[in-house]
Amino acid sequence: MSSNDVLIEVRGLCVDYGLGGDAVHAVVDADLDLRRGEVLGLAGESGSGKSTLAYAITRLLRPPGVITAGSARFASTVNLLTADRRELRGLRWNEIAVVLQSSMNALNPVLSIGTQFSDVLTAHRPDMSRADRRARSGELLEMVGIPADRLSSYPHELSGGMRQRVMIATALALDPSVVIMDEPTTALDVVTQREILEELTVLRDRLGFAVLFISHDLSLLAEIADSIAVMYAGRLVERASASAIFRAPRHPYSLGLLSSFPALHGPRRAMEGIPGSPPDLRNMPAGCPFHPRCGYAFDRCRSDPPPPLLDLDAGTREAACWLHDGHAAVPAELARTAVDAVSADTGGPS
Amino acid sequence: MTIIPLDRAASANGASGGTPVLEARGLTKHFPAHGHRTARRAVVHAVEDVMLSLPQAGITAVVGESGSGKSTLARLLAQLIKPTAGAVLLDGAAAPRRRRYARQVQLVLQDPFSSLNPVHNTRYHLARPLQLHGLASGENLDTAIAELLERVALSPAFAAKYPHELSGGQRQRVAIARALAMRPRVLLADEPVSMLDVSIRLGVLNLLADLRDREGLAILYVTHDIASARYLADVIAVMYAGQIIESGPSAQVTDAPAHPYTQLLLSAAPDPDRVEAPSLRGRGAPPNLIRPPSGCRFHPRCPFAMAVCADERPAAIEVAPGQSSACWLHVNDLTAAQSRPLREPATEARPLREPATEAQRPQGPGEEKQ
Repeated sequence: MSSNDVLIEVRGLCVDYGLGGDAVHAVVDADLDLRRGEVLGLAGESGSGKSTLAYAITRLLRPPGVITAGSARFASTVNLLTADRRELRGLRWNEIAVVLQSSMNALNPVLSIGTQFSDVLTAHRPDMSRADRRARSGELLEMVGIPADRLSSYPHELSGGMRQRVMIATALALDPSVVIMDEPTTALDVVTQREILEELTVLRDRLGFAVLFISHDLSLLAEIADSIAVMYAGRLVERASASAIFRAPRHPYSLGLLSSFPALHGPRRAMEGIPGSPPDLRNMPAGCPFHPRCGYAFDRCRSDPPPPLLDLDAGTREAACWLHDGHAAVPAELARTAVDAVSADTGGPS
Repeated sequence: MTIIPLDRAASANGASGGTPVLEARGLTKHFPAHGHRTARRAVVHAVEDVMLSLPQAGITAVVGESGSGKSTLARLLAQLIKPTAGAVLLDGAAAPRRRRYARQVQLVLQDPFSSLNPVHNTRYHLARPLQLHGLASGENLDTAIAELLERVALSPAFAAKYPHELSGGQRQRVAIARALAMRPRVLLADEPVSMLDVSIRLGVLNLLADLRDREGLAILYVTHDIASARYLADVIAVMYAGQIIESGPSAQVTDAPAHPYTQLLLSAAPDPDRVEAPSLRGRGAPPNLIRPPSGCRFHPRCPFAMAVCADERPAAIEVAPGQSSACWLHVNDLTAAQSRPLREPATEARPLREPATEAQRPQGPGEEKQ
């Protein structure tokens, strides 16, 4: 059954901050599928709603955040958005684990690493003996490349990279099938970031969990994710395989975001990024929220809200843009095929 | 063996000849370290013997990881802290202090959310330096403020706005405008875009490039992001553990890195063009700077470390026109004892060059792609 492959199925999710007329729509009508063993990258700038979406599906959203519509099914059974405390307790950490951005804030500074591992195991595996917990904790630490004797260390005795590794190890403590990572490497140096991403890939291949990887760094996601969903101002604007987004984006925002990352090789050329600033969620422009910054905007973009994600390229990818509804002429930059892009890349001097 | 100081490498770039506007000569900063495990006299060797020159109408990037001393270097150049040793030269002469120096050299900080005072509007932020330096007053003030805003591509209407009304990019533009108020010749930008949203970073970087081209500013761009350094800067200097280990024209340094640490940094940087996952050569973390490693500070991590690397600090050596690297691998007349590998090389590690052959360009990651 192929539907079994979808571990988390989000449909029509809407999240507001605040109530009534003053509410800020942080996530609007989001659809997302996370499949078994997949790394799904969720890209977006600050305020795009990417973290809010993750917090909503794990029910970690704090007031004034309110889920106003939609569903999020885990393994096509439990609706995470309506599950009661008992059901959530069964799923959290056992099936869905979370790694937060700032390990400094997520680890308790006055407890040793070992105690924090053992707390997780005591709470979720009450049958485990003390010795088993100790052994499992050591095994987890070594899995992320930290010697087991660091269990007696306190968070301040570890470097930033080690603390983030500890966070990943605790998330994996109960063999979850889904790990949600919110900017797990943003605060780290590139070399440490690369080491952690390598370890993550190896662990994913070994343990088979799926990852929802939230990051503002599209160039990083293009490298490590299987597929990517791009968010802008609370909406998903494009969804496709990582190489399709990187080689041949369909939404003008994805294209602009890609041209905001200077390349590491090839000729040095002037780049423009995206003009303007991300919109204020309290004061959204009419029509498509991206139209004031979009070089391809036409009348419809200014008046009508953007379409839902439209199936493109024989259903392999989706973009929410009026340019692709079949009535408008699609500019060449947004109609590239992956093959075009590859030949254009290798044609230039390296 | 030819040894050229790194400052000559920087000015060989061609952005301008003659005396650099601002120059660091052997700049060193040791911070006192206090802790129960450290001796009373212990110091953090934050910046060690740095040679750097900022030519007029040129952007020099200092690239390094956190703790490499790049921000300390910017602060030393801004004379916010006193060097332990070495000197800062302005136009080739000993730099003046305080206000006279501030007229020539200005610093832009990383976080525009905290570098602007939330209770004052843009007009106040820009008027203060103009008044304090006696550059404008009375009715000139508004003209001068409008002109400053124009130089950073903001409309005069922004003068009345408060920081909370501005986006991150606009705030950083105001911070840059404030630094430009006394028409300095040098702008020191310490991670000016790392706190900004991805889509507006290029706008601020392009503004810096504009200021270089239009006003001939000498700009120091401190960053951890080597791709943006390659994009913006004319010259890149790579720092590791308080020392500049490689410098040269930016495309040259990134396409054909000569120092193993630069190679590591480049292989770790995100690069969607990469076909295969990179193999990192030199894992681990930067050293403790209270007791830095002997010799080359990178040798404990270096996949090519030789006996000499642990004994003696390598000097900067010209490896290509304008590009110099402080690495023993580029020194040809080492004895057999000196060039003995310090440890068994990892299986995937390939030496930069065969030992005991004549000088040749080391194989960089850029060339492997072909």
